[in-house]
Amino acid sequence: MLMKSFRKKYPPNFVIGAVITVVMLLLILMSFFYTPYDITKMDSASKLAAPSFRHLMGCDNFGRDIFSRVLKGMENTFVIAFLTVVIGTAGGVLIGAFTGYFGGWLDEVLMRIIDVVFAFPSILLALVFVSIFGTGRYNVVAALGVAFIPSFARIVRSEFIKYREMDYVKSAQLAGVGRLRIIFVHILPNTFTVLMSSIMIGFNNAVLAEAGMSYLGIGVQPPDASLGSMLSESQTYLFSAPWYAVFPGLMIILLVLGFSLLADGIKA
Amino acid sequence: MLLEIKDLSIEFHDHDVPERVVHDVSFSLAEGEILGIVGESGSGKSMTAMAIAGLLKRHDVEKKGTILFEGTELLHASRAQLRKVQGNDIGIIFQEPMTSLNPVKRIGWQVEESLRIHRPDMSKEERRHRAITALSDVELPNPEQVYKKYPHELSGGMRQRVMIASAMICEPKLLIADEPTTALDVTIQLQIVKLLQRLNKEKKMAVLFISHDLSLVKRLCDRIIVMHNGDLVEQGSAQEIFENPKECYTKELIDAIPRLEKLV
Ligand SMILES: Nc1ncnc2c1ncn2[C@@H]1O[C@H](COP(=O)(O)OP(=O)(O)OP(=O)(O)O)[C@@H](O)[C@H]1O
Ligand SMILES: [Mg+2]
Repeated sequence: MLMKSFRKKYPPNFVIGAVITVVMLLLILMSFFYTPYDITKMDSASKLAAPSFRHLMGCDNFGRDIFSRVLKGMENTFVIAFLTVVIGTAGGVLIGAFTGYFGGWLDEVLMRIIDVVFAFPSILLALVFVSIFGTGRYNVVAALGVAFIPSFARIVRSEFIKYREMDYVKSAQLAGVGRLRIIFVHILPNTFTVLMSSIMIGFNNAVLAEAGMSYLGIGVQPPDASLGSMLSESQTYLFSAPWYAVFPGLMIILLVLGFSLLADGIKA
Repeated sequence: MLLEIKDLSIEFHDHDVPERVVHDVSFSLAEGEILGIVGESGSGKSMTAMAIAGLLKRHDVEKKGTILFEGTELLHASRAQLRKVQGNDIGIIFQEPMTSLNPVKRIGWQVEESLRIHRPDMSKEERRHRAITALSDVELPNPEQVYKKYPHELSGGMRQRVMIASAMICEPKLLIADEPTTALDVTIQLQIVKLLQRLNKEKKMAVLFISHDLSLVKRLCDRIIVMHNGDLVEQGSAQEIFENPKECYTKELIDAIPRLEKLV
């Protein structure tokens, strides 16, 4: 009985997604305080060591513990993706809300700019940004964040165009409610469902984008770890030490998969 | 006169050819009077109402003429000037009960919104009290319950009552009702009309009642305006219009009244 109503309320996708996400989040949380080994400590005796009880995921070409580095890398990837989405959402909501609500020349100008920005893949934009301002964690966040603004702005704008014509908005206008209050208090909460799912999708894209940038060597810089940079470094040892590539890759997949399933569940 | 409209014209410029939707319309409305605007769909009734409510603020709309509300010009007034008059002195209710309330806000919050703007000195408790009084004024059962509900938990007729309550909360001198009953079934329509009638008497509030249902207009209004294709074709007391229509368009409208009236 209980099982049945539980299943009805929470589809299996949602449950699996939630479990994966919670486990990942716990691991990330743990990595802030504790990793089994120092992630930069080299040990020449265990270069490219296979997974064992001492090193759960083995060791890399410097003899550093991969499990510890995967934990730290997840943390970096997660923090960068999270901040990227925060910047993208905040910027997108502001631009989308104002252009959508007011229309007119402001809308024309901003949306043309957005169109131009949007015409390039976000990873390419981030590349340009990083090549101008330099690499490093916060430059990556800034670059990806800005590159993520257009897609959020478009979604929010189309929501605002829909809602600004609603009768309840008109009666708020008539009641003398200020324009900012109408935008942020009356209309914005109506866009939360749509915003929520694009935040989820955006987060996944940000994880992949960060991994991509670090893979290309313009993201998180060594000796610090990110899932993408580990994947890139492991390439040379793909045959001699496959576990070096497998675990970071697996973590990227799990991070994205968990969130996708969760987003699906929430949408339904 | 509470409201005087002179030579109101409204033109849309959002297509290649400008579209004139209201043409040289003039009429007036006295304090406490109920004025009906009738006319077929697309005749410009809503646009006239929107202009009075100051809701035609788009840049692609050209407006001419004057709208005087207690002597203050509204049609070309700035937003700041409008804010003082509106909401406080003019209330509006719309046709579609589905879209006239904000789906993500509780009823109480929505009814109180005008008070938060126009009576900032009021305490939270006072506001709540006023809102619940307003809800019971529009004959909603269990106003305390309704206060806490979301719009989707109410029926169409109840929502329309909530709309009336929130339009009335600052005790406006003019209530614009744009086809407030069209989306409701016949018995609820009559209830809403009776409610408006009562509120008009008790609160001495003028009502601009827009409808294409002549039988309702006849029941409710002191005077009637007939619109057709953006023109005002005829105006007069309800009795004159019904017993002695001068224009053939008005006659056609009267002949088209559903036979329902006779069935009841
Ligand atoms: N954005 C717009 N651009 C051009 N014309 C418009 C626009 N909005 C409305 N109109 C036109 O204005 C005219 C008057 O519309 P209005 O809404 O006032 O009619 P109405 O009398 O209220 O009709 P109904 O009984 O259907 O509500 C219509 O012919 C409509 O096509
Ligand atoms: Mg209309």
